[in-house]
Amino acid sequence: MKTLYDKIWERHLVHEDAGKPSLLYIDLHLIHEVTSPQAFEGLRLAGRRLRRPELTFGTIDHAIPTLNRNLPFRDPIAAQQVATLRANCREFGVRLYDLDRIEQGIIHVFGPEQGLTQPGMTIVCGDSHTSTHGAFGALAFGIGTSEVEHVFATQCLQQDRSKNFRVNVDGGLPFGVTPKDVILGILNVIGAGGGAGHVIEYTGSTFRGMSMEGRMTVCNMSIEGGAKAGLIAPDETTFEYIKGRPFAPKGDAWDAAVEDWKTLVSDTRASFDRSVEIDAASLEPYVTWGTSPDMSVTISDDVPDLSDARDAGEAKAFARMYEYMGIEPSQRIDQITIDTAFIGSCTNSRIEDLRDAAKVAKGYTVSSGVKALVVPGSMQVKKQAEDEGLAKIFTDAGFEWRDAGCSMCLGMNEDILQPGERCASTSNRNFEGRQGRGGRTHLVSPMMAAAAAIAGHFVDVRDWEFRD
Amino acid sequence: MEKFTTFTGLAAPLFQPNIDTDQIIPKQFLTRIERTGYGVFLFNDWRFEPDGSPKADFVLNQPEYAGASILIAGPNFGCGSSREHAPWSLMDFGFRSVIAPSFGDIFYNNSLKNGLLPVRLDGNIVADLAAKAAGAEPCRITVDLKNQTVSGPNGLTASFEIDPFRRYCLLNGLDDIGLTLQNESDIAEYEARTDVARRFASV
Ligand code: SF4
Repeated sequence: MKTLYDKIWERHLVHEDAGKPSLLYIDLHLIHEVTSPQAFEGLRLAGRRLRRPELTFGTIDHAIPTLNRNLPFRDPIAAQQVATLRANCREFGVRLYDLDRIEQGIIHVFGPEQGLTQPGMTIVCGDSHTSTHGAFGALAFGIGTSEVEHVFATQCLQQDRSKNFRVNVDGGLPFGVTPKDVILGILNVIGAGGGAGHVIEYTGSTFRGMSMEGRMTVCNMSIEGGAKAGLIAPDETTFEYIKGRPFAPKGDAWDAAVEDWKTLVSDTRASFDRSVEIDAASLEPYVTWGTSPDMSVTISDDVPDLSDARDAGEAKAFARMYEYMGIEPSQRIDQITIDTAFIGSCTNSRIEDLRDAAKVAKGYTVSSGVKALVVPGSMQVKKQAEDEGLAKIFTDAGFEWRDAGCSMCLGMNEDILQPGERCASTSNRNFEGRQGRGGRTHLVSPMMAAAAAIAGHFVDVRDWEFRD
Repeated sequence: MEKFTTFTGLAAPLFQPNIDTDQIIPKQFLTRIERTGYGVFLFNDWRFEPDGSPKADFVLNQPEYAGASILIAGPNFGCGSSREHAPWSLMDFGFRSVIAPSFGDIFYNNSLKNGLLPVRLDGNIVADLAAKAAGAEPCRITVDLKNQTVSGPNGLTASFEIDPFRRYCLLNGLDDIGLTLQNESDIAEYEARTDVARRFASV
């Protein structure tokens, strides 16, 4: 009786020795400009090459501008990082999807879109949100720079086995409750460190009923619960998504692959080290109020007060968060006004996310004084959204329509919050200073972010008057 | 990775608790594309005034500690972020070992991966070593990984614990890559068995 994680682990075991970490084979290595330069330099110093350059793919996303990408970058460091990645990829024979390519995008949007992400694979990237790819039933996790170099040189990683954690959610999602709300709700239950040492498998009818975009949103934030990775067993929805994409198997190879992928499920009586059950009917749209992704309340709720803290330590943390976030205990969440709305990031920048946000934005205008940004996850998403007329809905409503990149998710380019500015953001981290020094981030779904941009404060999207 | 068997060097005392990775290497230096050359930024905000001139009272700026290669630090050294730049900057500056009562978890592991030996010793012994290092006569300390001992002036010796597998790696100068390459035949066999590239349609 094995879990899905056990099965993928065993398939990739290259070598095992008691008392040592195991050696695991890596099927797909994704790289970007920020965490790869030192790893390439390490190879060069040791006179090594990439063991399997054909299993490594790169794109450019973190530090690039999302406006006027064809002009020389204003930030010389970003320019140097990008130039370095280009030179390294050329020298070491890695395929790079550069800024002039329609495939370019955030690395975790790019991989699935190109059909590189496939069930049963091991996938790594020097980026903690690599957990996104777990939506396809692949074991995917972020690694450090030494490990990037290790994968370059050996196509393997030394790993200790994680424990199995099952999060089961059953039932259809109520209107206005999106996959983002599902994962915010889960984090609210398990806590920011709740998944430590574990790989989470998301099971239940709620996930079965979700699109691949939705599943990616959920798996993306597994790391916010401290988990090594998140997994959702592949099914027809998965196969349908992959079929026909550029790197997906073709012809007979496709049929063989699907046969194999169908075996990638946890056995019915497989045992998990931990389990949590959540009823989808109990979920609502969430808004985070603090500086940790598990610090959220539903839109109909108030910011917790000190008496809600579990212990003195948490009370102290709450006090610090009130101060940093500039909010009051017991304040109603829907009275909090915003300066900025950001729709984007590897959590919520796919076509479905943009459709959701556009539905809300249609026929409205962004509140005066609010800066609202829509940053598609890839240039393909951008094009599709333009073809579907979503871009026009956004620009008509006063949203800025940008090129693909990480943008305000981490503020490595010029898209940053000023000190004290407050943002409704569809990204994944609300840490102090994440979107810019002194910036205040509230994590929400794309619908909730669009509604907040228009109203100027958080509103319950379930009460929204849609104009179409 | 450089081997670590036994090493003798000049000790510098920095005996305060909770020296975090932001102090070791502030985040404005993380945007560089190299892995080397971080030594000049080590403890930047403690070593230098905003105008770049050295702060005379900081230990590593004092002439008697020039060439120091063993750092004597307080508890929870290296707490904070996962940046590997922290051990990189210490090593690039010339340190081979840090002796402290305890370490931040990730820093401890990152150090071992990079050939910087973190030595955990009882707080009283570390305090004693720090006092000696801060005394009139700067002192040399020997860290012997083979015998797992630290010896200092006046016959002071103490033994320390370290994970046997990590000790083996350091003694033999095996970085993780070197170690994995010892299993080269297993990797090749795995690749032959699974045809790893088959999954991607060629484009
Ligand atoms: S969008 Fe944000 S979380 Fe995702 S890869 Fe970019 S910086 Fe990381």
